Amino acid sequence: MIGTFPRIPSGCAISGMMSRRARHMTGEAVIKSIALMHDRSNGLGGGFAAYGIYPDFKDHYAFHILYNSKQNRIDTENYLKDKFVIDRCEPIPTRNVEAVTDPPIIWRYFLKIEEKNLYHNNQLIDERDYVVNVVMHINNKIDGAFVMSSGKNMGAFKGVGYPEDIGRFFCLDEYEAYIWTAHGRFPTNTPGWWGGAHPFCLLDWSVVHNGEISSYGINKRYLEMFGYKCELQTDTEVVAYLVDLLHRKQGIPLDLTCKALASPFWKDIDKMKPEQREVFTVLRQVYGSALLNGPFSFIIANSGAMIGLNDRIKLRPMTVGVKDDMVYMASEESAIREICPDLDEVWAAKAGEPIIVELEEGVKV
Amino acid sequence: MSMYLPAEFIVQVDYSRCRSCRRCVAECGFGTLSYQNDRVIADHKKCAACQRCVSTCPEGAITVIHNPLAYKKNYHWTPEHIKNLHKQAATGGKLLTGGGNDKVYKSYFDHMVLDACQVTNPSIDPLREPMELRTYLGSKPDSLSFTCLENGEYKLETEMSPQVRLEVPIVFAAMSFGAISLNAHKALAMAAKECGILYNTGEGGLHKELYAYGDRTIVQVASGRFGVNHEYLNQGAVVEIKCGQGAKPGIGGHLPGEKVNQEVSQTRMIPVGSDAISPAPHHDIYSIEDLSQLIYAIKEATNYEKPVCVKIAAVHNVAAIASGIARAGADIIFLDGFRGGTGAAPTIIRDNLGIPIELALAAVDERLRREGIRNKVSIIAAGGIRSSGDMAKAIALGADAVAIGTAALIAMGCRLCQKCYTGNCSWGIATQRPELTRRLNPEKAAECLTNMIRGWSLELKEILGSLGVNAVESLRGSRERLRGVGLSDTELDILGIKPAGR
Ligand code: SF4
Ligand code: SF4
Repeated sequence: MIGTFPRIPSGCAISGMMSRRARHMTGEAVIKSIALMHDRSNGLGGGFAAYGIYPDFKDHYAFHILYNSKQNRIDTENYLKDKFVIDRCEPIPTRNVEAVTDPPIIWRYFLKIEEKNLYHNNQLIDERDYVVNVVMHINNKIDGAFVMSSGKNMGAFKGVGYPEDIGRFFCLDEYEAYIWTAHGRFPTNTPGWWGGAHPFCLLDWSVVHNGEISSYGINKRYLEMFGYKCELQTDTEVVAYLVDLLHRKQGIPLDLTCKALASPFWKDIDKMKPEQREVFTVLRQVYGSALLNGPFSFIIANSGAMIGLNDRIKLRPMTVGVKDDMVYMASEESAIREICPDLDEVWAAKAGEPIIVELEEGVKV
Repeated sequence: MSMYLPAEFIVQVDYSRCRSCRRCVAECGFGTLSYQNDRVIADHKKCAACQRCVSTCPEGAITVIHNPLAYKKNYHWTPEHIKNLHKQAATGGKLLTGGGNDKVYKSYFDHMVLDACQVTNPSIDPLREPMELRTYLGSKPDSLSFTCLENGEYKLETEMSPQVRLEVPIVFAAMSFGAISLNAHKALAMAAKECGILYNTGEGGLHKELYAYGDRTIVQVASGRFGVNHEYLNQGAVVEIKCGQGAKPGIGGHLPGEKVNQEVSQTRMIPVGSDAISPAPHHDIYSIEDLSQLIYAIKEATNYEKPVCVKIAAVHNVAAIASGIARAGADIIFLDGFRGGTGAAPTIIRDNLGIPIELALAAVDERLRREGIRNKVSIIAAGGIRSSGDMAKAIALGADAVAIGTAALIAMGCRLCQKCYTGNCSWGIATQRPELTRRLNPEKAAECLTNMIRGWSLELKEILGSLGVNAVESLRGSRERLRGVGLSDTELDILGIKPAGR
């Protein structure tokens, strides 16, 4: 565990882009977009999530890990060897960028799970639950190690600095992805910790988030009941876990998951047709503790979708733009126009209405 | 020698203002005042300080004060101890009292403060934005399943346990018809309906006139089973099994025969004038398995259409007990702290048994979460909730709703004189004497209750707005928004909160 920090409120910029036909693009555009919103961050955190970047290892879990020291790396690798077959491991390539100082040790691992490891007391456990447990263990129990991302064919790149500098530091112009999300952070106080930057990832979920979750206290306690450990004390962490719990583990469809996280108001539910009223009433009754309250806009992505969501009364900005197979989301319209001036459609996301962008039918990554 | 006991209060009549209308003589339920030799005379020892004469005297001529020179000052042997010993020396009985524990135990509500938003997360203005207090009581599943219809809409596949809707996370606590008057009960029922909340029959059965408010009624099944039959169970929205009461853990109910008139007798199904004494435990509940059987017997009798609530007093081992109750099949757990009120209880029990609701609630909520069964039950917390501030703190500690008894009585006029057990309540609340019950106009009292609930809900909305959330479920169990002031590490740990400043 890399220290325990008090939860830090922060303001931010977010940007995301996805090709619905899974066309791969380098990180240059997304860096340009987030860089335009330079003033929304203060140089204390920037990061990116990229999907489709490891085609040669697309069936491996790609772990991006930050270490404080070599010893932390050795300890973690011993643990990883125990849990996985490590098919490849290497430092993540970086280049010298003047503004990025004092980086931690940053490695990536391509991992497979031996089937025998998936039996616990003779019972088969879900492979992804297995990975989640490993991530929770490293982040909470191993000193000086932090898993930035743990999904297949995707990865998170983040650190302390302005996002455009972090992007150059990680050579993102050399990666190709069909979904890119980016984040520039404005924490009101910082421990200067790389793991605290966004995106926050678990399996192939990534979340970039602008805002503060005022309901964090209960969201965290709710998640703990299902075995998630929210010890990183970041709001964003609970968003990722809630989506993982509701959608992946409990099978709630994505749009309903969003409606649990930012539920319609009772006054609107009361006006619905009886069957829909029942659906939304019960959703709130059962998932009231998962309701995200407070000012936020975030972009959640996984290998098949990019989702934009605003809080129920839209206390943070988000604009959506469409051009051919490309969908863009960003805190400001200008950040979209910067990389795609000639949009087919552009609109401001509505409060509590999720924008779910999925790969076109039949598209294979 | 109790006859030598000095009076606790002195009733002072300002004869220069008194016009000898003798209204006060009629107003005093305790027979303190009489008219002799052309003036109002007070038998001070009878005065309960209920403030009725003071409030109704048209000339404002009456003042009630503490008897200032009652005893020599002594921090250990307080006047109350001395008085009680004299009383017992004279009677050899258990001393009775009414109302909740009034001793100087620490109030944890007064040592917790709520958070508010500043700059980084905006507060929300309840006058301009929706602010939601609606709450559903009942057992919730851990997850739901849906099927997607052709039109892209969803259909719920999960079968839900019955849920009862509250527009404000408040219910009126159990107060039986018998302990309080029918007019008081009517007022509670009307207010519950008006506010979209629930009132509770207590253990006294349900008067036929109140059947109209059935969907706003919690019908109680206590150890005496007064008034309990199939029809009764099916009248209510929720059935509550009363295993304990905060004011008198481990003790049954006691309604003195003087309060059992014709109407009370019919409703309770007991003879007129007989003491209604309910046993300490239910005679069919000697273990958690027995409780489970009763829960399911009630569910069978009500066709699984009503949530079943189990009410217990907050005692040392409350967390484990609550976990057992949740596993026994209850849909709601009602936790009653040691400040909870009563119509009649032995003073020694009321003042020395049980634990504060704040600690009990925190322990229960945390235990149920640790065991992963918090969704299975709703929690109602009660026992000394005085204001919307206490309510908000209880919700933040983990309560789904709070129950208020004493606060509701006060809204109806009660002055907390603690003489409910005498049946002489001058305010027409805790009495069955027709000349007294007449004083409480149910419509007016219902209006007062409705006003209070409205006031509390407006205040709760302000609190939520300050916290930057717009639905009460975002406060429920969100202990991160509470801080302790002047509490020890252990107390903070039990409450699950940080100290202020951290
Ligand atoms: S008991 Fe009440 S009404 Fe009677 S004298 Fe005392 S204060 Fe007045
Ligand atoms: S209900 Fe009546 S008797 Fe009881 S405390 Fe209140 S005023 Fe006194």
